Amino acid sequence: MFKSSCLLIISCSEKVKQKIGEYRMGESHDSVKSKRIVFVTVGTTCFDSLVRAVDTQESTGEDGSLSVDYFTFSSSIAEYLKSASLVISHAGSGSIFETLRLKKPLIVVVNEDLMDNHQSELAEELAERNHLFCVFPQTLYQTISGMDLGSLVAYQPGDATPVANFINRFLGFNDE
Amino acid sequence: MDNRYSCFFSDMGFLNVAISFIIGISTLIMIRIFYVVYRSSKPLYSRPPGPLSTLIILGSGGHTAEMINLLAVMQMDRFKPRYYIAAATDNMSLQKARVLEDSLPDKAEVELVETSQFMQIYRSREVGQSYVTSVGTTLIALSHALWLMIKIRPQVILCNGPGTCVPLCVIAFVFKVLGIRWSSIFYVESIARVRRLSLSGLLLYKLRMADQLFVQWPQLKSKYPRANYVGRLM
Repeated sequence: MFKSSCLLIISCSEKVKQKIGEYRMGESHDSVKSKRIVFVTVGTTCFDSLVRAVDTQESTGEDGSLSVDYFTFSSSIAEYLKSASLVISHAGSGSIFETLRLKKPLIVVVNEDLMDNHQSELAEELAERNHLFCVFPQTLYQTISGMDLGSLVAYQPGDATPVANFINRFLGFNDE
Repeated sequence: MDNRYSCFFSDMGFLNVAISFIIGISTLIMIRIFYVVYRSSKPLYSRPPGPLSTLIILGSGGHTAEMINLLAVMQMDRFKPRYYIAAATDNMSLQKARVLEDSLPDKAEVELVETSQFMQIYRSREVGQSYVTSVGTTLIALSHALWLMIKIRPQVILCNGPGTCVPLCVIAFVFKVLGIRWSSIFYVESIARVRRLSLSGLLLYKLRMADQLFVQWPQLKSKYPRANYVGRLM
């Protein structure tokens, strides 16, 4: 599902990284820049089923020509997000809003193994408002095949000022 | 025979006194609790107060990002000294708070920058921890929380959802009832909560322990009418 002109960057658990190993098909620094980057992140969680779904034979191309890069943890994924043309993420609110703020196309994959899957509420609501696509690992492939990135609507960032004003008024601080 | 009856009656008398005493105290406490809940729901000061000591409770991941967003638009000179509490296993949150504090502009007047202290608290429940062992860890968290609250006694508490905030808010409420310190507790439900409140939010809402509870999606406002819908923070 990913063209060989893509660079797939996956943030995943150490266990998965060791199992799969790194693929680097002799690319130079220049060729990295000319590739479109798909960034896959599982945040600070274990979400191996997503990594498996992404890194199948089907998705990376049978000749292994897709470049895949892995890392296990980064304190800030902002740079990776900025250089990506598509982001596939777990349903954490941090990842979601960081990506939406950068106005990147986003596919959120819901982790069914989580105990209390309230995360999916946020992804589903934002998908209903057309800010992202929301899928399960099993349906990731067909979604990517059929998706229309143009149908996505930019998310207008929220504003914490109403809360601050409310608190100020409640406590008796006068404004303006 | 008289002796036995008089013993019996004096025992009964003592029991009566004890029971009346307990009933009396319980009634007073109940009245006080109702008063605290009633008074907490209304604006606190009619005139601008001086700076209020503020406790900010941080949770992992998205929780902290939202709190930082809120703090960034609040006037920091009204909320000081500031105390930050995060779970003991959460290192990133305090770092982010430190970055925010360091970014605050210096005022023209010289002020001691000892206005924020960073502390750690043991978590009531780790993500994925079974609910049974959660009881034990919650008790540990409660005693640690009590110790911290006695030291800080904040006038304002800001929290947005992690389990860490429940013991602290309960203790703050008890302090209010006992007259130890009146804290205004503001709870902002996480933006990730669209249709249901989190466990922390639900507890604070039902028990009416938060002065004001904020939700970020209209669905929650219709479900929990006493909450305030303020739009999204992120």
